[in-house]
Amino acid sequence: MEGLSGREEAVRRAVMEICEGKLGKAAVKLDGTGSVIAVRPAKNPALPRVMLAAHMDEVGLLVLSATEEGLLRFTGSGGIDPRVLISKRVKVGYGEDGIPGVIGSPPIHLQSGDDGNTAPKIENLSINIGAKDKAEAESKAPIGTPVTFATPYTPFGDGYVCAKALDDRVGVYNLLRLLDAPYDGELTLAFTSQEEVGLRGAMAAGFIVQPDIGIALEGTTANDLGETPDALKVCEPGKGPCVSFMDNSSMADRGLFRLMLEAGKAEGIDHQIKKFIAGGNDAGAIQRAGAGAKVVVLSVPCRNIHSPSSVCCLRDVDNQYLLAQATLARLMKG
Amino acid sequence: MKELIKQLTAVYGPSGSEGSVADLIESLVKDHVDSIRRDALGNLICERKGNGKKRLMLAAHMDHIGLIVTHAEKEGFLRVSAVGGISINHSRARRVKFQNGVEGVLYEQALKENEKSALTTLYIDIGAKDAGEALSMVEIGDVAVYAEAAFDVGKSRIASPAIDDRAACALLIELLKNLPADSCDIIAVFTTQEEVGVRGATVSAFSVAPDEGIALDVTVAGDIPELKLNAVKLGEGPAVKIKDARSISNPEVVRRMLAAARAAGVACQREVLPYGGTDAGAMQLSRGGMPVGTLSIPCRYVHSACETIDLGDMDGALKLLKEYVRM
Repeated sequence: MEGLSGREEAVRRAVMEICEGKLGKAAVKLDGTGSVIAVRPAKNPALPRVMLAAHMDEVGLLVLSATEEGLLRFTGSGGIDPRVLISKRVKVGYGEDGIPGVIGSPPIHLQSGDDGNTAPKIENLSINIGAKDKAEAESKAPIGTPVTFATPYTPFGDGYVCAKALDDRVGVYNLLRLLDAPYDGELTLAFTSQEEVGLRGAMAAGFIVQPDIGIALEGTTANDLGETPDALKVCEPGKGPCVSFMDNSSMADRGLFRLMLEAGKAEGIDHQIKKFIAGGNDAGAIQRAGAGAKVVVLSVPCRNIHSPSSVCCLRDVDNQYLLAQATLARLMKG
Repeated sequence: MKELIKQLTAVYGPSGSEGSVADLIESLVKDHVDSIRRDALGNLICERKGNGKKRLMLAAHMDHIGLIVTHAEKEGFLRVSAVGGISINHSRARRVKFQNGVEGVLYEQALKENEKSALTTLYIDIGAKDAGEALSMVEIGDVAVYAEAAFDVGKSRIASPAIDDRAACALLIELLKNLPADSCDIIAVFTTQEEVGVRGATVSAFSVAPDEGIALDVTVAGDIPELKLNAVKLGEGPAVKIKDARSISNPEVVRRMLAAARAAGVACQREVLPYGGTDAGAMQLSRGGMPVGTLSIPCRYVHSACETIDLGDMDGALKLLKEYVRM
């Protein structure tokens, strides 16, 4: 399923259908930025009002123009490293209307000098969709057409999977599973838009909900392969979801951070502490919405994040769900 | 004032862990305000009714910068990252301490040829023989701060790693204790997480919804050798901020501050800082926006273990504020 920032409609349709099926139409709202906000009213209003958030959007590319030769110029949508793009297959447009494309690069035989040692610039790359000229390219892929990585969902190894958009469809998946999590306080499940371009959906959703506690379910950077020193690995797939004490967008509430770690320990759910300060996510926006909220982030470690081939461990995905649920149970105990 | 600054700087309180500072301040001001509460981010919000003409939010941040533990090496050394604007140059060979009292040496690893200093080249040695022992002493996510206690510099100056912004907390406490009878309504907010992006002020300004906001903070003094940053000098009075990177002070607020200084008979300076920001930047953009300003305490060696201010400037700032709240 495709869902660039601001173009989350396909994911949103699926999410809304599931939410409405479980909670009824009246409980599910769509806000102005395109986030889906599903609210479960409190059975016990004395409990903290909790907002769980996962973002529906993924990183990708946007068509900027077509060349005389019928190639598509493009720009990144969200954080894109041009080095991961060369010779990759992409899908131009969404769903059944989408057409295949491939990102071109000069063959190695014709490269010279420093070409092999320098990172390509995104403005020098183009997508070939087989169009013979500008007119055909523009008719097939008008300016602004969303482009996503054409990577099939591929299980491999011992419970691992390679796919695009694991950041943050893993969180969306678990948020849907948490629709019937046992929690007696007011519980909001926010499927946010536009996280990858600056936490924009969560800013609005956070303001609308103004919860006491915000928990972001995310996919996060794992840098554990190769000769990376231990201190820079951030986290390691297969060792459980990451609890963050701080990133560039928020500081975890210390009490909430400890509560989540204790919940994991007590229930025997594998987890790890995210051991580097990098990136930001919806918790940063929720923390600062309105009069403020206590926040913490629980993330599935993803190798090659923001690339066509991100890799995560399905056990970590399950444990993200279990630990989120165990955290809610602890909050309920007070 | 000096003793109060020493008392406040002695308390542990990096961004995100301001609870002990808030406890101390609450105990100091509780008899001088009508209500006190804390919010989700730990802001200490103290209201004192006045003449009802205006609700003025005064913000002084409780947090200061620190180093957060990200990893324990096999050999027992702790790797760190920054909480707020930590300077690597000010961080080599420093005594540091954690909330639980563990102390250590902050140092930099031996650099390879052409390797650049970075936060990732710093580490803390807490005397542990391996990762297991290190993690039995502190946890990942714990924050170390420069350990120096406040000390006197010359006759009228004081230095400490937490002058920014406990000095302003001291100022705000003294103001609450000495508010003139015809003051406007005061909402004194001792804010959190200023050093990581004015986060406490963002949410407290929203919940307080004042008519006007003034931040009390230190500013970088340009009066040390070869620094030609600005014209602010230590000992020549508090500085009325015109502009920094996060806010442009409301001209009417600036005019009134300058008038308050004249009325109080205290010297003050005008300040333009080409970078930086204070809680005023957050208050300015809260809800439908509000007039804001910042009263700055000139400070040398900001974000080091020896942030230095002049107590004469603090006295001047207090006198100025006592006039300002009547305007």
